[in-house]
This record gives sequence, structure tokens and C-alpha cells, in this order.
Amino acid sequence: MKYYAETHEWVEIVDGIATVGITEFAAEELGDLTYVEMPAIGAVFEAGAVFGSVESVKAASDIYAPLAGKVCEINDALETNPEVLNEAAEGEGWICRFSDVDQSGLSKLMSREDYLKSIGK
Amino acid sequence: MELIFKLGAPGRRGVTLPKCDVPRHSDNDLPATLRRSAPAGLPEVSELEAVRHFTLLSRQNMGVDTHFYPLGSCTMKYNPKINERLSALPGFTDQHPLLPQLPEGGALCQGSLEALYETERLLSDLMGFAATTLQPMAGANGELTAITMFAAYHKSRGDERRRIMLVPDAAHGTNPASAAMAGFESRDIPSNPEGDVDLEGLQAMLGPEVAGIMLTCPNTLGFFDHNVVKVIEMVHQAGALAYCDGANFNAIVGRVRPGDLGFDAMHVNVHKTFSTPHGGGGPGAGPVGVCERLVPFLPKSRIVKDADGTYRLEYNYPQSIGYIAPFYGNFSVLLRTYVYLLMCGREGFRRISENAVLNANYLRERLAPYYEQKYQRSCMHECVLSASRQSAKGVRALDIAKALLDVGFHAPTIYFPLIVPEAMMIEPTETESKATIDAFCEVMIAIAKAVETDPDSVKRSPQTMPIGRMDEVAAARNPVLASL
Repeated sequence: MKYYAETHEWVEIVDGIATVGITEFAAEELGDLTYVEMPAIGAVFEAGAVFGSVESVKAASDIYAPLAGKVCEINDALETNPEVLNEAAEGEGWICRFSDVDQSGLSKLMSREDYLKSIGK
Repeated sequence: MELIFKLGAPGRRGVTLPKCDVPRHSDNDLPATLRRSAPAGLPEVSELEAVRHFTLLSRQNMGVDTHFYPLGSCTMKYNPKINERLSALPGFTDQHPLLPQLPEGGALCQGSLEALYETERLLSDLMGFAATTLQPMAGANGELTAITMFAAYHKSRGDERRRIMLVPDAAHGTNPASAAMAGFESRDIPSNPEGDVDLEGLQAMLGPEVAGIMLTCPNTLGFFDHNVVKVIEMVHQAGALAYCDGANFNAIVGRVRPGDLGFDAMHVNVHKTFSTPHGGGGPGAGPVGVCERLVPFLPKSRIVKDADGTYRLEYNYPQSIGYIAPFYGNFSVLLRTYVYLLMCGREGFRRISENAVLNANYLRERLAPYYEQKYQRSCMHECVLSASRQSAKGVRALDIAKALLDVGFHAPTIYFPLIVPEAMMIEPTETESKATIDAFCEVMIAIAKAVETDPDSVKRSPQTMPIGRMDEVAAARNPVLASL
């Protein structure tokens, strides 16, 4: 099950590993993405900290960690094909995975339904 | 059009160089790694070919001298030609920039030093500050200069915990970058539903680690923050300093002095408010004014006027942040500023800001029935419209910008500020007539109507430009940055 942040990231935890990306709405708003700046593997982030950024022809935006954790994998495909993010932001276009996740932060995130409501969909 | 490298013929020249009258160095004087193995790939064209090439290029370009140029945030006002004439006087252009530093050299450049001294004095007066430095080489360089002074100020008081710089989300994009360059961590402050700084959000962020706030005033939404004095008071109460990004000074110049509002420092972009040319990235100048308590930290050198009326550069400022520019900044740009300051005078500046605000509000009112406005309030020197209604029909701000080019208007700034969806930021400036602004509005209205009936016609633009729609995505994803 996916959880959503006000800052338009999603997170899904499977077997203690959290997969993180930006929402379809965010990708749509940014327009065609041209570059994704990834964190280093092993880097540790607090919840709410900037861990990367996405650039489109319109703007560059920071991406915030929805939960505290340690980066254990990044989606290499985005480095050469950032368009994957536009095609499947909440699937193939995931950005990175965190281990050592502080799951207590989930209570501050939204369900899909609440997120969609918050963006007026 | 062909690149100039494709024109001409081998051996063709526009100039004949005089015969070399110094002995030729041996090729072996330079290490092999520094020597060319093949001739430099320079164009080989006649003078006529060069003139024709660049004249044709200039005719494909849009500039303030040829077109209405409502590029929001950039203040593309007309640059009076007298600025060019006077700054090109040989008495200025023939001076060596090191003169003031040479023994007895000061006597040979009193006029230049006086012009700079007076420019500082006049700008200090307009901004409401104790002193001004003209040295920063551009607006963002001015930001960095001032924020570095903030750091020096806190350090001088032994208050070294202050590492956070607050930046509202309606600030200029360069602000967080300048804060980071100066070693601060920047934090966003949200706007409230009226487009002002959210006071509760600000209060929650203030604390002993906050060094200052960088407030674009008026902000990038074109609004003068209702609570600006309150914001500055809160920041001061927390022991932090308040910086005014004066990029939008054109809206208030001659009427509001940011120093009087309580700001501790600000920069102005002379290529905006003070009508010097917008170069292709330069040369620029971003003078910085500061309040009394920041004066000791101003960059070196400073121009002083001695009791006998002579001007000279002074270097003895132990608390100064040091050197930030070669010589005294971009002298010829500052001369243009000086000419403009003298031409306008105090009364002139009042009329400038009045007309800049009037023009923007007239345009905003005329277009209100056709384009969404996120915030329902009168604006200052620029207005931000949204193409959200049009984007529901598949026509985005980018398409509208391209359609404007087709009928002879430069496009407004689009997709900025980021907090307005499909933003179109329009700044007519005070130098445009009502007739020009009306013509622009008619076209904007015609485009809005075309979106209703035939959206594809808008999406196909531009049709009349030398180059059609460019693939910005491909250019950004696969940049081809070949050197010739």
C-alpha cells in the first residue's frame, strides 16, 4: 500500500524496504522531465530532508524523504531515461529505495484517497 | 541561416594585420601540450560578410528597440540612448582602470571617481540606506555580497550558531542559491492565501539559528507584502537580519525606501530599474545598500571624499568582507546608471514607479475576464496570469507564449513563479504607451478566443518565426555542446 506526502512523494514498504518516488500528479505538473538527481547509496536522511531533485523544461524541484532511512538502491534507469518518470511515476519510475526505515513516520503521511482529495482530484 | 563558419573562403580576411616587428619566438618556447597541432577553426570572411551576417542575425532577434518585451521579473524597459552616448565619452573610456591605485594617478581620474561616488550617494538616498557599494557585478552577486556581510556581522558578535537563511516561496530563484554560496542552509517559508508571507509559518521558523530572511519586495507575484514591516520586526526580534531583493524596485522607486521599512540591506539590478542594457549575461551591476550597522563590513575598496574635495579609494577597513570584484565593478555600466539617475531625478522616479504600476494593473484588468488569476488583488509592476483555463483545452502557457511571437510580441515569462500553475508573468514597464499595451491585450484576448474554437491553431505556433517550435525536451535530455 502506498502512502503519500504533502510534498508529492509516495512511499511503499515491502519487507522493510521502502520504495520512494514522486506522484503522477507531480510528474504531470512538472512537465517533461529531463534530469533526476539521485542520492548516494548509503546516505542517511531524516524525514522531510531533501534527498534529490528532478528537473524539467519548466523547473527544478527538490524531492523530500517521506520517511527517515538509509538509501540502499537507486533506479539507474532514470539516469539515461528520465522520461520513464513521466510515463509511470508511481511504478517503473520509482526513484530510490531506503532500508533502516523509521516506520513511525507513516502516521504523518496520507492515504491515496486523502492525497487525491488534497490536490482536488 | 548559415553559421559564420560556413561562410567565406580559405584565406579571406576582413582586416590586414601590420607586419610583426618583434622577433618571432621559436615554436619550442611552449611545451608541446600547449601548442596547436591544427590551425584554430576561425571564420575566414570579409568585412562585408561579417557585417551582413551579424546584421541579419540581429534582424531575427527580438529586443526592446524592436518589439514590446513584457518579460515578467526582468523589467525590459527602454534604455535611453543618452546613457550610451555619455558613458562612451573618451574621458571615461580611455582611462586605465588601475589609475586610482597608482601614485599620483588619482589626480588623473577625479571625474570618474566623482561619478562613482555620486552614484553611490544617489542610490543610498533612493534606497534609504547609510552607504552603498557599486562593486557587485550582477544582481545575484549583490545578494551574495550582502549575505556574506550578514555572516560577517553575526560572526563579529560571536553569534556563530546562525546558519539558516529563510526564503519565502515567492522570492527570486537566485536567493536560495546565494544563501547556499554564502554557507547558509536555506529554508522555504510558505505564502498565505493572499500571496503574502505566512506570519505563523515565519514565527514557527524563527529562532537562535536563523541568520536572516531574503525577501523579494515586491515579490515575484507582483505583490507588495501587506505585512512587510511586521515581517522585518519579527525577524529583528529573533536577532536575525532582513535582506531586500530589490530586483522589483522599479515598482516602488521614488515612493518607498526599503531602508525606511527596516531592511538591513538590499541590492538593485541596474539593468532593470536603472535602464542599463540587459546583456547576454553581462556585463551587469548589482549595487548593494546597507544600514549603519553593516557599513563596517562593506567590500573593499570604498570611494571616499576628503575634506579638500578630492576623491580616492580607501582600503583600511579591518572588518570588511574583502574583495568581491576586479577594479570597482563594471564601471561603464555604472556610468549609464549615473546618467539615468541624473536624467530622472527624484520626481522622475516617482512617475516611473507610478506608471509601471498603472500599466501592469491596466493590463491585468483588461485580461481578467479571459485568464485566471490565482490571487484576486491589485498588483505592483507586473501581474501573474494563469493559463489553467486554457490548459483544460490542451493549450498551455508555452503555446500562448509561442503564439505571441507570431504577431510580433516577445513572450512573457512563463512557468514562474512556481506557485502559480501555468503561470504567465507579464511586466509591461512604464516605457510602453497605452496603445501598445492595448494591442498586446487584443492579441491575448484573440488567443483566448482561439483556444475555445480552434485550440490546434494556437498549438501550431509559431508559424512566422525564422525557426518554428523547438524541441526543448530533446535539447535538455541530449544536449549537443560541440565546440567548433
